[in-house]
Amino acid sequence: MTKIIVDGKEVDVPAEYTLLQACEEAGAEIPRFCFHERLSIAGNCRMCLVELKGAPKPVASCAWSVKDCRPGPNGELPSVVTKSPTVKKARNGVMEFLLINHPLDCPICDQGGECDLQDQAMAFGVDNSRYAENKRAVEDKYIGPLVRTSMNRCIHCTRCVRFTAEVAGTADMGAIGRGEDMEITTYLETAMSSELQGNVADLCPVGALLPKPYAFKARPWELGKTESIDVMDALGSAIRVDVRGREVMRILPRVNEAVNEEWISDKTRQVVDGLQRQRLDRPYIRKDGRLVPATWSEAFAAIATRVKATTPARIGAIAGDLASVEDMFALKSLLGNLCSANIDCRQDGTKLHPANGRGSYIFNPSVAGIEEADAILIVGSNPRKESPVLNARILKRWRMGGVDIGLVGERADLTYSYQYLGAGAETLTELGNGKGFAEVLIKAQRPMVIVGQGALLREDGAAVLAACAKLAGAREGWNGLAVLHTAAARVGGLDLGFVPAQGGMDAWAMTRPGALDVIFNLGADELEIAPGAFVVYQGTHGDRGAHRADVILPGATYTEKSGLYVNTEGRVQYAERANFAPGDAREDWAILRALSEVVGAKLAFDSLADLRKALYAAHPHFARIDAIEPGSINIANAGALGTGAFTSAVDDFYLTNPIARASAVMAECSALAKGRLQQAAE
Amino acid sequence: MSVRRLAEEQPASFEFTPENLAWANAQIAKYPEGRQASAVIPLLWQAQKQHNYWLPKPAIEKVADMLDMPFIRVLEIATFYTMFNLEPVGRFFIQMCGTTPCMLRGSDEIKAVLARRVGEQKMVSADGNFAWLEVECLGACCNAPMVQINDDYYEDLTAENFEKLLDDLAGGRPVHVGSQMGRRSSEPAGKLTTLTSFYGDDGRSGPASDKTQA
Repeated sequence: MTKIIVDGKEVDVPAEYTLLQACEEAGAEIPRFCFHERLSIAGNCRMCLVELKGAPKPVASCAWSVKDCRPGPNGELPSVVTKSPTVKKARNGVMEFLLINHPLDCPICDQGGECDLQDQAMAFGVDNSRYAENKRAVEDKYIGPLVRTSMNRCIHCTRCVRFTAEVAGTADMGAIGRGEDMEITTYLETAMSSELQGNVADLCPVGALLPKPYAFKARPWELGKTESIDVMDALGSAIRVDVRGREVMRILPRVNEAVNEEWISDKTRQVVDGLQRQRLDRPYIRKDGRLVPATWSEAFAAIATRVKATTPARIGAIAGDLASVEDMFALKSLLGNLCSANIDCRQDGTKLHPANGRGSYIFNPSVAGIEEADAILIVGSNPRKESPVLNARILKRWRMGGVDIGLVGERADLTYSYQYLGAGAETLTELGNGKGFAEVLIKAQRPMVIVGQGALLREDGAAVLAACAKLAGAREGWNGLAVLHTAAARVGGLDLGFVPAQGGMDAWAMTRPGALDVIFNLGADELEIAPGAFVVYQGTHGDRGAHRADVILPGATYTEKSGLYVNTEGRVQYAERANFAPGDAREDWAILRALSEVVGAKLAFDSLADLRKALYAAHPHFARIDAIEPGSINIANAGALGTGAFTSAVDDFYLTNPIARASAVMAECSALAKGRLQQAAE
Repeated sequence: MSVRRLAEEQPASFEFTPENLAWANAQIAKYPEGRQASAVIPLLWQAQKQHNYWLPKPAIEKVADMLDMPFIRVLEIATFYTMFNLEPVGRFFIQMCGTTPCMLRGSDEIKAVLARRVGEQKMVSADGNFAWLEVECLGACCNAPMVQINDDYYEDLTAENFEKLLDDLAGGRPVHVGSQMGRRSSEPAGKLTTLTSFYGDDGRSGPASDKTQA
């Protein structure tokens, strides 16, 4: 720790802090454009000038370390002044320079109202201009379907360039030309290739890079802002849902150091239009092969007739990837009241099971723990597709150096380099003998084995899991087995025990022809249900599940209900309701509660609060929001490893769930990504 | 300075000649493993020399692939340095110095010749031989005015000898590099005007002139 005086106030900060951080620590506000905590230091905007005693002129505080400050002639502590007339004049001057070429189009700029330049010009600028010359004109660039450019406004802070190179790892953007002719662009205006590209619009301190789908849609002060949790992948990124009226206008990241830092994937951000399109806004009943609109009571009556005519053993329930813990708890209770053992939340057929202990199905080392790992083995996963933000964390670890990364599975561009060990189960068997990369893992202090669903969906999934747990080994205070889920609902479902009870069927068995007579499908769209069974589909979008349904009950999406989600780490997170479901659609727990009464298996709660009380009583760890309940691993009867290559569980990153498949923006991104793949293959 | 873009018409491909490839690999070998990107400027420069003094898109991509760099990183460098020509510059690319010493010694005449014979700046002449650009000081002020044509300096120019020089170049005849009036490097143009005698010989300087010593 080093002492330094800021505006007469002594603070004690780590020596590697920059002056800017030290000033923040002392409570002095420093304006900045190019500096960003999570990016490298560029020092090119000059907005953060402060006066350093002994320095001949103001210094850029973002690029000056505390440890670089020299003491005074008599050994006085280094002293920084942030409020002197010199500093004010310096900031005025810098602001004036920045505004020479910045257009005065705030009234038609989407950034207006949440613009760093606007705010700082108000706070630190002067109120008039001395420049009568023409402003510089710059061509707008095409950089992809998600980010709109208005390059006249660019102030060349290069945050976007540093982000794509350092965090996204794709080096898509750059600054061509020099001096006044410098322009920010991608290579010959190709679309950016990162799954995190939307973040550059957040980083842009001015209105040069803006979210394209949100262009001219709303002003920030019209929006209601709700803090929520993302369900597009199993990471559970912290998001803020901005709503105007009933419509979600945009989704932005929130800072959560433990999970997503401050990034979110493009699917998380731009799935917004999917929340509006193809929505199920009223119940439907299949009559003569066609789905016809119905009222709630008609739909319930149709279900009740079928359920009452069926024995419990012929009734089953499957929960999908986006269901909240409350929804699944209600459905599980309903099936329990109906005395059926056929429940499953694993529509993809993963071999994870709560009987193996909680540690066997969560990302034990935690996402933040990736930064501590010194050897990482990725098995049957493409983290870039399955959870781009988590992949950015691995890239961050890789950039720090001193980590060995190995991959078993499909070769892919993960944005960092890795040792390719082999394609599938055979390689895992070899590693089990303690040779090659296994030695690296054994020697490592903090080894980490990331297992993707691609490796766990197979027949020998349990054996793969056991092999990975063995490779991860055991360290004091460190559990290296990291199961990477692809579905936001999965860990919550496994925590609830939403798996077949004694003698029950799993999802695969339930969907076979003639297996069941009635199936409750809670938003499971990724599996095919064989003809024959009477399917009650409770979901939000007219997707695969709805096409197969005999009765459709319109539910609420994740922004339209208050619910708990458990991310891949096993972290319980609370998502607040941001808007209301369209038309007759209702919150899912309420639908199940109402249905339970009609089918004669009444659930014992009348409100969400009652439901949660029952939930917490049965599973106390759900009450501990934002905490991770550690778990043990006891995998029994794993069986033997088979053969064959692992494939990633996610084929198309942009189209993994019904909401994303309803989104036109995601469809465009998907098409572009496919085109890139083909080009690369040629 | 102005906005620099890649040329609209681009060749389909670019490959280094075997000699240049060997040269490029020698450049890359100068840098430690993982730091090959340091060789980007020499490689671009060699590519430009090989490709009629301008840098086409395939060459930029070729160099990026050789150095394991993203394309945009190489494009940044190619557009940053004005020594990389992004458009065709004819067989002979003339960089004419118009800075003060050359201007005082008559570079305006040279400029007029270029404007008449070649045309506008940065445009290749109709016969495909020449393109020209006014540049800042090239550091041969003592032999002003001067131009640089491709890799060589041509100095002590007048409208007449410059026209002849252009004719000879266009006609493929041998030309004399350096001073066009025959002086060697930057020796005085006429006779010596300074250092005409040895130190002290004239009685006005040196120990002999110091009366107090005598």
